[in-house]
Amino acid sequence: MYSDTVMDHFKNPRNVGEIENSDGEGEVGNPVCGDIMKIFLKIENNIITDARFKTFGCGAAIASSSMATELVKGKTLEEAWEVSNKAVAEALDGLPPIKMHCSVLAEEGIHHAINDYRKKHGLEPWVERNPHPRDHHEDLIADH
Amino acid sequence: MGEKRIVYMDHSATTYTKKEVLEAMIPYYSEHFGNPSSIYSIAGDSKKVIDAARVQVAKALGADTDEIYFTSGGSESDNWAIKGVAFANRKKGNHIITSAIEHHAVLHTCKYLEKEGFTVTYLPVDKYGMIDPADLEKAITEKTILVSVMFANNEIGTIEPIAELGAVAHNHKVYFHTDAVQAIGNVPVDVKEQNIDMLSLSAHKFYGPKGIGALYIRKGMKIENLIHGGGQERKRRAGTENIAGIVGLGKAIELATADIDGHNRHIQGMRDRLLQGILTKISGSHLNGHKEKRLPGNINVSFEFIEGESLLLWLDDEGICASTGSACTSGSLEPSHVLIATGLPVEISHGSLRLTLGDINTEQDVDFILEVLPKVVSRLRDMSPLYRKSG
Repeated sequence: MYSDTVMDHFKNPRNVGEIENSDGEGEVGNPVCGDIMKIFLKIENNIITDARFKTFGCGAAIASSSMATELVKGKTLEEAWEVSNKAVAEALDGLPPIKMHCSVLAEEGIHHAINDYRKKHGLEPWVERNPHPRDHHEDLIADH
Repeated sequence: MGEKRIVYMDHSATTYTKKEVLEAMIPYYSEHFGNPSSIYSIAGDSKKVIDAARVQVAKALGADTDEIYFTSGGSESDNWAIKGVAFANRKKGNHIITSAIEHHAVLHTCKYLEKEGFTVTYLPVDKYGMIDPADLEKAITEKTILVSVMFANNEIGTIEPIAELGAVAHNHKVYFHTDAVQAIGNVPVDVKEQNIDMLSLSAHKFYGPKGIGALYIRKGMKIENLIHGGGQERKRRAGTENIAGIVGLGKAIELATADIDGHNRHIQGMRDRLLQGILTKISGSHLNGHKEKRLPGNINVSFEFIEGESLLLWLDDEGICASTGSACTSGSLEPSHVLIATGLPVEISHGSLRLTLGDINTEQDVDFILEVLPKVVSRLRDMSPLYRKSG
C-alpha cells in the first residue's frame, strides 16, 4: 500500500519532537478526523535552521510530517513557503490517493508555523495562494 | 535464524482451512468432478456428497435438512435473506428493522432497499453494543415485514439476545433473520429454540474454505430467489454447485460445533490473559464491547492519543496480524460505525485495535504480544501531540 520511502519515514521518522523556545509553531488537523500535526521551527536570519514535529495520525501522516520537516530545513522562509503538498508526496515516492490529504496537512502545518513567526515579528501573515479546499475535515464533522 | 515469527490474531477476518477439511475437499476437484445435474452415474456421487453436507449443516443449526441452501458466502446469504423477503412481501408492508452495528452486507443491502421504496429502522445499541428487545418491540409497525439482527458483532464481539429478539418479532408475526457469520463454532446455535427464521453463515470463519456459505430458510417462508437460472438447490439458488466447497463447509461445521465448550475454554483462557495484560500494562486503554457477552476470541481495545493504522503498521513489522476500527484503514476516512454507535468518541475510535484469537494461537503468542504492544503504543504516543497535552 505504501512506498518504501513512506515506510522508511514512518518507521524511522526524522525530526520527531518539539523545539523549546521555537520561533514559529503551527498546529493543523483535528483529532476527530484522525490526524493532528504540530510543527516547530527554529529560524535564524530568515533561514529555517531546525524543524521538528509531533503527529497523531496514520502512517502517511507521520511520513508526511517527517518528509516536510526534512524539506524545509536550511531553506529561507520564502523557499519553505513554496514547498507544496505535491512536493512532499513526490519526495515520498507517492501516496495513495485517499492519503493525499496527509501531505496537504504537512504543507499547511509549515505555513501555519511560518505565519506564526511572521505575526510574532509584527509582519503581515502570508496568504495561501491556492487555498486547499477544506478537504475532508469539515465534511466528516458534519457527518457525525 | 529461521523465518520471521508470525502471530495471526485476526480470526474474525478469516481463518485458515483445517487439514481435515482440505483433504475432504480435494477429491471433488479431481476424480469426482461430475456435475451433479448430469444423468450419468459418476455425477450421482456429487449429488450424494452435497446431501451429506446439507445434513451436517442442518445438524449444527438444529434445522431440517431441506431448510439449508448453499450460497457463495455470508454476503450472498445476507443479500438473499433481506432482498428476498422484502420483494416477496412488499404487498404486506415496506418496513424493515435492523441494527446500527450490522455488517455492511446487511447495512448496504438495507440502504439499497431504501432507494427501492422501503423504509428501514436502525436500532440503537448501548455502550456495550447490546440491542434492547424493548426497542425492537417499539419499532415494529403494521408495515414491518422483516427484522435482521446479527448474532454476534464482528468488531467488538458483543453477542446479541437473539432468542428474545426473535420472540418479539414472532409475537408480531414478523420474519426474523440473523447474520451468524461470527457466531458459528463460538456460540451454541439452535434455530428452533432461538426463534430464527433465516440464518446466514460462511465457512471461512470457522476453518473452512472461502467462497462457500449457506442460508437457513425456515420451511414455509415467503421469499424470492436472488440468483436466477438453473434449478439447483431445489430451484431456490441457481448455479452449478461448488461441490468441493460444500464438502468443506460440511466438514468444517461438523468439526467447529462438535465441542464448542472445550474450544471456548481454550481460546477464552488465552484471550482473558491477553486482555488483562493489555489493560494493566498500557495506561489509557479501554475495552470496547461487553465484558461477558462477547465472542470467546475477541478483544477490542482503544488506546488514547494514538491512531490505529500506525499501530497496525508497527505490529505488522513485528509479525503481528491484527485489525483496527480507525478511519485510515477503511478507505472511507470514517471510523468504525460500530464503535461510533456504542457512543465511543470519534477520536478514541481512531485508536482502536481488534485482536481475534483462534485455534492456531498459543500462550507464547500471548506473551509475544504483551511484550511488543506496550512498546509500540509508547513509541507512537511519544510522537503524538495529544499525549503531552493530556498526559
